Order: sequence, then C-alpha cells, then structure tokens
Amino acid sequence: MTAEPSTLVQRPTTARIVGALLLRDLVVMRRELPYFLIRTTLQPLLFVVVFGYLLPRMGFVRAAYGAALLPGILAVSLALSSVQAVALPMVQDFGWTREIEDRLLAPVSMRVVAAEKVAMGVIQGVIAALFVLPIARLIMGPIEALTGAHLGVVILVAILGGTAFSMLGLFMGTAINPQQIGLMFSVVVAPMIFFGCAYYPWQGLSALPVMKYAVLVNPLVYVAEGMRAALTPALPHMSLVTVLAALVAIAGVFWALGLRGFERRAMG
Amino acid sequence: MLEAIRTIGLRKVYPAANGRRLRAWNPGAAPRLPAAPALSPSPAEVVALAGLDLTVGEGEFFGLLGPNGAGKTTTIGILTTRVRPTSGTAIVAGADVVTNDTEVRLRIGVVPQRPNADRSLNVRENLLFHAAYFGIPRAIAARRAAELLDQFGIGDKAEAKVDQLSGGQQQRLMIARALIHEPRVVFLDEPTMGLDPQARLALWEILRALHAAGRTIVMTTHYMEEADRLCDRIAIVDRGRLLAVDTPARLKAQAPGGTLVELSLDGPAARVADGARTLAGVTRTEAVGSMVRVYTERGGDLIPALIRVAEAAGRGVRDIHLSPPSLETLFISLTGRKLD
Ligand SMILES: Nc1ncnc2c1ncn2[C@@H]1O[C@H](COP(=O)(O)OP(=O)(O)O)[C@@H](O)[C@H]1O
Ligand SMILES: [Mg+2]
Repeated sequence: MTAEPSTLVQRPTTARIVGALLLRDLVVMRRELPYFLIRTTLQPLLFVVVFGYLLPRMGFVRAAYGAALLPGILAVSLALSSVQAVALPMVQDFGWTREIEDRLLAPVSMRVVAAEKVAMGVIQGVIAALFVLPIARLIMGPIEALTGAHLGVVILVAILGGTAFSMLGLFMGTAINPQQIGLMFSVVVAPMIFFGCAYYPWQGLSALPVMKYAVLVNPLVYVAEGMRAALTPALPHMSLVTVLAALVAIAGVFWALGLRGFERRAMG
Repeated sequence: MLEAIRTIGLRKVYPAANGRRLRAWNPGAAPRLPAAPALSPSPAEVVALAGLDLTVGEGEFFGLLGPNGAGKTTTIGILTTRVRPTSGTAIVAGADVVTNDTEVRLRIGVVPQRPNADRSLNVRENLLFHAAYFGIPRAIAARRAAELLDQFGIGDKAEAKVDQLSGGQQQRLMIARALIHEPRVVFLDEPTMGLDPQARLALWEILRALHAAGRTIVMTTHYMEEADRLCDRIAIVDRGRLLAVDTPARLKAQAPGGTLVELSLDGPAARVADGARTLAGVTRTEAVGSMVRVYTERGGDLIPALIRVAEAAGRGVRDIHLSPPSLETLFISLTGRKLD
C-alpha cells in the first residue's frame, strides 16, 4: 500500500489546479479537434460556398456581399464553437456520466471549475474562428473592405464574444436535460444564427425597424457587428462601444445564471 | 481516539422538484417516513437523513450498513462535500464540509457508487490528472500511478481506454484514483456491488491492506457479511436514521435468537423440527426437506440433545453446522425487515 497517510498534504495554489484542469481539457481537445472543427465550422463554411462563391458567380448576389458575410461567418463559427464546447460535455456530464466528478473533487472552489470550462470555450471559439478565416477568404476571393489593421480589436471582440457564448453554454449546459439537447439547438441556436446579423449587417435591417430592434436581444448580433467593426471598419456597423458593453453585460448575466445552474447540478 | 469524522444532527431533505420525478426516484418511500412535525416536510419531499450523529476514529474501518434508500449515499455525499446538508454539522479530517469544503476535499479520497472515470482519458491519465488536480508533481504522480495500477492488477491496462476495462477493473481504477493523492480518509460507496465473488474477495484484500496501512476508511454496503468481515465498527442505518452503532461482535451479541444450528438428516426433517421445538433454550425451528434449522440461545451445548431428538425420530445425522448470531438477525429485529 502506498505508505502511511501523508501528513504533509500541501494545499496547491488555485493557479496550479486551474493549470491542471486546462491541461486536461487541452489534451482532450487536441485529440478531438478534427471532429470538433467539422461539427462547428462545416455549416458556416458551406454557407460561404453558396453565398460567398456560387451565388455571386451566378450573378444573384453582388460581390460586395462578401465583405458583410466574412465577419459574420467568423462570428457564427466563434459563437457556435464556444457555446458547444461548454454546453455539450456539460449536458453529458451532469445528465448521466458524472465524469466531471473527479474535477469537482479537486481542492478548489466549484466556481473555479466552472470558470475553467468557460476559458476552454473561449479557446475553442477562437481556434474555430482562426480556422475559418483563411478558408472563407480563399473561397470568397479578395474582399476590398477587409483590413487586418485592427488586430487588437479583432482579438478583443473574439475573446469577449467567446466569453459571452461560453457563459451562455454554461447556462444551457446546466439548464437543459440530455433528452432536450438536440431540440435546444434546433429551437434556440439555429434561429439565433439566422437572426444574429451574421449573414447580413445590422444596418441592413433599417428597412424593417421592428426586426432591427427585436434582434438586439440576440447575443450573436454583437459578435457579428463587433467583427465588422474590427475587420471592415469602412462599412456600416454598430458602434464598437455598444458592442463591447453589450457583450460584457451578456457575459455577466449568463455567468450568474450559469454558475447557479452549475452549482445546483454539481451538488448532487 | 483521534476523530476523523464527526457529524451532529445531520439532516438532508431533498426538495420535491416535481412530483413525477420524485416518484421515479423512490416509489413509495416518502409516505412511509414518520412525520417530523417541527420541520413538517410536505409529503412530496424526501427526508433522506433524519438527524445523524456519528463519530469515526482516525484509522478506523467504519461501515455504514443499510438497505437501499437508507441514506448511505446521501451521507457519503455530504461527508465528501458533494451534497449540501439541509441542517446539522459534519467535520471531516478537521474541516467543516460546508464552510471549508476545499480543505476537506484536500484530505479525502472518494470511490463513488457508480464508476465515473474520465472516459476521454486512458487509465494512466485518469490517475495522473487526478493527482495534478491535487497539485502533486508529475514525477511523483507517475511513480504512484504505476505502483497503484500494478498493485491492483491493472498495470497492463495503463494505456487502455476506460471502456476496455471490466466492471471490477473500473472499480479498482476508481480506488486507485481515490488513493493517488494519499488522502487521510477514504470513502467507498458500495464498492463491491455488482462484482463477481472473486473480484469482491480481491477488493476485500485491497481494503484490508489500506486499513492496515493506517488509513481511515468509511464504506457503505448492504451486504451483512461484508460489513461483518471488514469493519471495526458498523453503523446500521435505515430510512435516514441511525439504529445501532458498535463493533460487529457486540452488535451480533445484541441479536436475538442466538446461534443457528443446522442439521442435515438422512430423511425428512419435519418430525425432528417438532421435537427440537420442545427443548429448553430453543427459540425457533424450521424444517426444509432433510434439513432442520434450530435457533438457540444455548449455542453448541444443544447439539447432544438435538442428536437424541433426531435418533428418537428415527433419523441419522449426516452433518451439523453452527452459525454464530448474525447481523442479519439483528437487522430484522431492529427494522422488522430483511436487509435486501
Ligand atoms: N437527488 C435526489 N433527489 C431526491 N431524492 C433523492 C436524491 N438522492 C437520493 N434521494 C432519496 O433519498 C433517500 C436516500 O437515498 P440514498 O442516500 O441514495 O440511499 P442509499 O444510498 O442508502 O440507497 C432515498 O429515498 C432516495 O430516493
Ligand atoms: Mg447508495
């Protein structure tokens, strides 16, 4: 047997435990990355093929559409990846496998475990966006208004957007029971994508004022418009301040709700 | 005696999330519970623990024995900081499970009722990462993991996926995981449930060795024999209440009805049973085919008289078997029901 019970159990620092939790998730992510990317980016990329390549060449869509589409596609990939990266494993863990239990037994507060999941959601969202960007650009061809001059803003929007959607994922992952996960994605996530100003700029909705203000409840709008502000600043977009403020508020609300759900599900 | 665990008035009432779900959890349990007027739970609520006071000594092998629904898993859940008590206090390894839960987690190892290894990781990684969550340096963790896997006979499965392990192997992986950070107190929730007899015996050996190494062990079970053979002390629980707590020997001494004497005869046993019932010190007899069972407070002293009764009835005695008083009989006398 492994010696006497150790009397010198040192309390590890929180940073050290978070490092171990992150390492576990990174190891698992690396193994599952191809499947993960296919699951979260195939749909946006297929959309690019049809609306960014086929339709413009058929003459149904003006080539300038690409400038509005590309930031939106990045936003969808980022948001979808972040929300799924957090919600799907959590639904499984709390629904039946309880595999997360060994992490809940770590000598660290439960909210740290939840926060680490959110951090992983951000990382996966950013990876998906980085993966989609060059492919989408390749499919669509040159985009005039596109600029890489505001890289800092792109990163800021990506991290904030990823955070907001990871926290949404935390909320969904703890609020939904496993049987309803498919339904949830069809009923909540799909409309969110189509009414999230990803495939058209928010300004374009000026023709439909009711719609223009109704979509403001949709978190994706702010990620998409934030990406427009960062990548195609010359074209009409929502003000960056509005975008950032909205994302912070959304993240705050879903962190509070998600954490409550997490603690409720984690405590038996 | 140093204390590893102390609970005071531990209570757990599961709220009724919704009626239908509740009935699915435990059909018919709620209405049977005696009403507690002071706290008056509505009928839909489940009182899983109704004020539990326990003390477990440092280095003790402590058993929680009770039927399904007794509150064993809830107790383990509270003591391992995974379930919040409704009221009462629990101190584990010197720390309060509610106000100082991370300190408790630092010092305990937990083997859950249902194996829940991390299936995204292989067997060895399960141990290495668990050690990492406790801040154990990688080199030390690797050495301990190898030792534990070898010791538990799954050294050759280190690289295997969790799904490739048998039930018994997964259970041993869970025990290895619970030990890798060298906890002071180890909790095991029905660790032998669903194991074949061989795997169960192997597990008993592991637990005995752990105990011998000085660790405090708290194990739940609904197998009498297991509790009897392994534990220093046993708490008998039923419907969230502590019915008795003592050493197996002293608990058995409380069992009414005494020793069981079984005689195998060379023919039908009915008349022998009737005759034995008239002997002094016999509390009960029963005949099953050519076998007669006699419960007696006189133990082995009764045997010559029993043989004479058999001979008088024209039966030869082929075999005699004596069973000392058991927890089973005590449990029946305490609860009026059998354990399973
Ligand atoms: N999460 C839960 N929600 C509601 N009731 C529960 C829950 N867990 C256990 N119970 C109920 O509490 C009682 C005790 O259960 P448990 O502690 O699992 O007993 P044991 O482990 O001894 O079988 C049972 O009536 C059970 O149905
Ligand atoms: Mg149980």
